[in-house]
Amino acid sequence: MTSPAPAVARPAPHRARMSPRRRARIFRGVQYAILVAAVVTLFLLIDWERISQSVFNIEAAKDLLPRVPLAFKNTLVYTAASFAIGLSLGTVLALMKLSSVAPYRWIATAYIEFFRGIPALLVVFSFGYAVPIALGVRIDSLTLKAALALGLVSAAYIAETLRAGIQAVPKGQVEAARSLGMSSGRTLATVVIPQAFRIVLPPMTNEIILLTKDTSLIFVLGLAASQFDLTKIGRDALVSASGGGTTGLFVAGFGYLCITIPLGLLARWLENRTGKGSRR
Amino acid sequence: MSVPETKELHVDTDAGAVVEIRGLRKSFGAREVLKGIDLDVAAGEVVCVIGPSGSGKSTLLRCVNQLEVATAGTVTVLGTETTDPDVDIDAVRQKVGMVFQQFNLFTHQSVLENCTIAQRRVLKRSRADAEKIAQANLAHVGLEDRASAMPAQLSGGQQQRVAIARALSMDPELMLFDEPTSALDPELVGDVLSVMRALAEKGMTMLVVTHEMAFAREVADRVVFMDDGMIVEQGPPEQVIGAPTHERTRSFLERVLDPTHQHPGDL
Repeated sequence: MTSPAPAVARPAPHRARMSPRRRARIFRGVQYAILVAAVVTLFLLIDWERISQSVFNIEAAKDLLPRVPLAFKNTLVYTAASFAIGLSLGTVLALMKLSSVAPYRWIATAYIEFFRGIPALLVVFSFGYAVPIALGVRIDSLTLKAALALGLVSAAYIAETLRAGIQAVPKGQVEAARSLGMSSGRTLATVVIPQAFRIVLPPMTNEIILLTKDTSLIFVLGLAASQFDLTKIGRDALVSASGGGTTGLFVAGFGYLCITIPLGLLARWLENRTGKGSRR
Repeated sequence: MSVPETKELHVDTDAGAVVEIRGLRKSFGAREVLKGIDLDVAAGEVVCVIGPSGSGKSTLLRCVNQLEVATAGTVTVLGTETTDPDVDIDAVRQKVGMVFQQFNLFTHQSVLENCTIAQRRVLKRSRADAEKIAQANLAHVGLEDRASAMPAQLSGGQQQRVAIARALSMDPELMLFDEPTSALDPELVGDVLSVMRALAEKGMTMLVVTHEMAFAREVADRVVFMDDGMIVEQGPPEQVIGAPTHERTRSFLERVLDPTHQHPGDL
């Protein structure tokens, strides 16, 4: 038991010329001043005429607009298909990595190390050219080709995320379920996976966002007009006769943000909902 | 819920042993934690296991429902040898309730779901039946009004009482308690112990690892003192706690009952 400190009046400390609080206030004022100066300088230096002509041209953006909905839809379809394959395969790989059968663990580890370590673009290329020839198969659907290539890559990341999530569920939760007579499979389904879901939600959101952006790589497969994604229409606009310079790239970029930002908000909403009062 | 006339169940040892432990050994790596344990628990009997930390009490309890796999020896629960690798351990566990030191309530489920999930998934009861049984057990532990709460919204003592209700909802024939009050703030211990006392009075067979000497003295039919992976002595509480015959039991009890006590040699 500590007794309360005796209330001895300490002598007032020696006052510096400027109190720390006052110094902090001045320092903050200086930072604002630099910011304002930088913004004003930039504003004055920029050639607004040129920008509105060849960097972001409103007219060119309007011309491009009719092509955006299809490209937006295509990007969403490629992302969803890739994620479906990535999640299915990633789940299998995660369970393999947690398996008590050693060769399963080795195979999963080798797969993950391989696909995590090579650029996604290489995989897309090989699905465009090498793999169908090597396996003697024809993959007619471009969506399937793209989804296989990107799904194989993202499965490696998703597997690691899921494995970490499953292992983060406290051992006591499993023991409690088993002590109630649940089989290990039943325990996995009713206790481990629901809890792991909440843990993996933030990294999984990152994975979907990365995947959304990675769908831009499929231009190397050669796209028909009806298969154009956001990046492709943005890139085409770069060399279009109507001018507008890089306007297309901005339009495409805005299209991606329209997917990724709501995804982030959805994940946060899910996290709040499932996390409601559940951490001990 | 106090039904004094069922107290006679305690004497009814003819019903046979609910738990029979023979020559039980358990090693973690090179460290042997249980060094040959023989212990029987009769139907309706309340057995409290006491002893210093690291003496193997919890491991012994966890070997009963095979949360730990025995290295050698046999454990027979309700007539089934759980140490037999071919036995359907899930079927045995359905009849053996377990309460953990850290409660281990399912954190993603409400109190009611915690108490119904195993009934529905394991015993295949209907949702309505499971909820009725869960509510009755929550009422027994005094938490009928918290059914919709999440575990994190409850105090430790309330969580532990939910854990007891969850185990009781499976209609167990044996209850295992692994230091159920050790993680609780002192003022919350009493509520949990009175639930356990009521359960003992109803004739539940209980194997309790505890540091609560007053509880052991009052509720246990038999107290088992363990040290260093072995049973040092056992008998009625008034004998083991009141008049221990072994030096190790005496020095343990002195330390537990009077924590500030120091042997003259310690200073």
